[in-house]
Amino acid sequence: MIEEIAARFPYWATAALIVIGLYGMIAKRSLVKKLIGMNILQSAIILFFIAGSLREGASVPILFEEGAVARAEDFVNPLPHVLMLTAIVVGVAITGVALAFLVRIREEFGTLDEESLLEQVRR
Amino acid sequence: MDQLPILIPLPLLVMALVVPVVALARPGAAFPLTLAAVAASATASALALAAVLDDGPMSYALGGWAPPLGIEYVVDHVAAYVSVVVTSVSLLVIVGTRRWAVREAGDRLGPFYGLVLLLLAGLTGMVVTGDLFNLFVFLEISSLAAYALVFMGGRAGMVAGFRYLVLGTIGGALYLLGVGFVYFATGTLNMADVLSILEADSSGRAVQAGAVLIFTGLGLKMALVPLHLWLPDAYTHAPSSVNTLIAPVMTKVGAYAMLRMFLSVFPDGYLRDAVPVADALLVLGLAGIVLGSVAAMAQTDLRRMLAYSSIANLAMIAVGLGIGTPLALVAALLHVMNHAVMKAALFSSVASVRLATGSSSVGGLAGIGRRMPLTMAAFTLGAVSMVGIPPTAGFFSKWYMAQAGLQDGQWLVAVVVLGSSLMTAVYLFRVLERAYLHPVPLVAGAAPDAPPAAAVQEAGESPADVVWPALALGLATVVLGLLNVVIVTRVLEPGV
Repeated sequence: MIEEIAARFPYWATAALIVIGLYGMIAKRSLVKKLIGMNILQSAIILFFIAGSLREGASVPILFEEGAVARAEDFVNPLPHVLMLTAIVVGVAITGVALAFLVRIREEFGTLDEESLLEQVRR
Repeated sequence: MDQLPILIPLPLLVMALVVPVVALARPGAAFPLTLAAVAASATASALALAAVLDDGPMSYALGGWAPPLGIEYVVDHVAAYVSVVVTSVSLLVIVGTRRWAVREAGDRLGPFYGLVLLLLAGLTGMVVTGDLFNLFVFLEISSLAAYALVFMGGRAGMVAGFRYLVLGTIGGALYLLGVGFVYFATGTLNMADVLSILEADSSGRAVQAGAVLIFTGLGLKMALVPLHLWLPDAYTHAPSSVNTLIAPVMTKVGAYAMLRMFLSVFPDGYLRDAVPVADALLVLGLAGIVLGSVAAMAQTDLRRMLAYSSIANLAMIAVGLGIGTPLALVAALLHVMNHAVMKAALFSSVASVRLATGSSSVGGLAGIGRRMPLTMAAFTLGAVSMVGIPPTAGFFSKWYMAQAGLQDGQWLVAVVVLGSSLMTAVYLFRVLERAYLHPVPLVAGAAPDAPPAAAVQEAGESPADVVWPALALGLATVVLGLLNVVIVTRVLEPGV
């Protein structure tokens, strides 16, 4: 069991972070904590992609010598990194919009507690 | 003509940035510019559909990078069809809700229309893209715009908007994680490339996990039971100019993305044999039809009632995917269009009623049929089509769906589909009964949270630019019903 976890450490870490993030988003009453959970979830997915691109003993995908033969196994797969740059941008945009929402909700209701917000809306 | 795939989302994306800036100087320009952008996109979609019908699917390599390394836009029969539906329904809805937009967005008309365009750019982008990661980006673009638009709906809209954002982000994140699994198993993100690699070898748990995660994520976005909890609040509390737009088109594109996974990402039968995705869609879809219809019957607010009815109708599309035979897929696709058109007709006429009386409660509709004959005509056409009475469009998709179920030996599908027609009749004819057969109340407060009787008594027909788009959508349900054979044989059957 322990060897299994150690051998695939990034995947277990990703799974743990996803569960923590989902728990925060669903179970926490404070909207700020929901937002923090959302960021943990997004980070977990970024970690998953980056971990998947790793290769022991490989380097950045740049040809240092002119005319050298490029062999795929010498390089880390750069595509997941590029994808995650985009995913980070998407995540930042969502976080920004969510923070703007929270500021407006706080101004309007004077609280960020989900239960009391729902109560105020129903009234 | 080769450029058509990119010309569908491009005008929307460009104008989404231009409109808010121009509106700073000339607020009056926001609406015509928006309309022009959507019209341009609708024209490109129609031309693309015509070209696809003549010459077959077309592909566009974004930025000149050849697929599978670059991002590919693919317009085939299904994509062109859905893109025509989304853009043309949006065009009518945007015309019909202009007065609401002016009232609800106030001096922020520029940003408002910017968001509307961003939403449509994301949706059309999802339709034309042939790349799994690009689909994620467009999914998040359209979702972000939708969160902000729902958030504009006053105090209740703010809370609904934030909850929508939290749940929608979970959906997007799960989809992305699923794409990660598929990518690490196949080494590519191009849909056609993934398909050919998986056709050669689709063993391995990574692909299975990816498929499950992708469908869970998309299921959240298309409000498949039990992941539908965000939808009723978001649709009810969103501004009228917004729910009229997102209710018909937004979740439909999520359903389309699911269909795309069936048609062009996972090999034929993979989602049935290797992972029980199809069975899950079938069961959840049937449950969703029943739950959505029952919940709709219990509602007293028209918008909330229509929101629950959306859940039932989206579940019907999921049932079509779950059966998975060509006939069932045709039925699901036909229902994508039919439901978009009739839901737009219903929401537009409810917006028109609210414009005249200030209320959208079922109880407050007594006698409205005589005050607002054209609006209620549009509502009636939409309602008749929702119930599925021939020759309206709604009849044919339900008919094909029931047939597909029987052919596949799934008699339960036929029972539930027909039963859903009865339940739809219960909740929609209840509205028609009040509107046409009840007298206008003479005493204020005759029904709970009804508008003052004076509001209904004095209510006249809404202005022409509000009524006619709604009526056009209502009439379209009849026209599309009569044309369904052409649509099915020329567009849908070659596509699936």
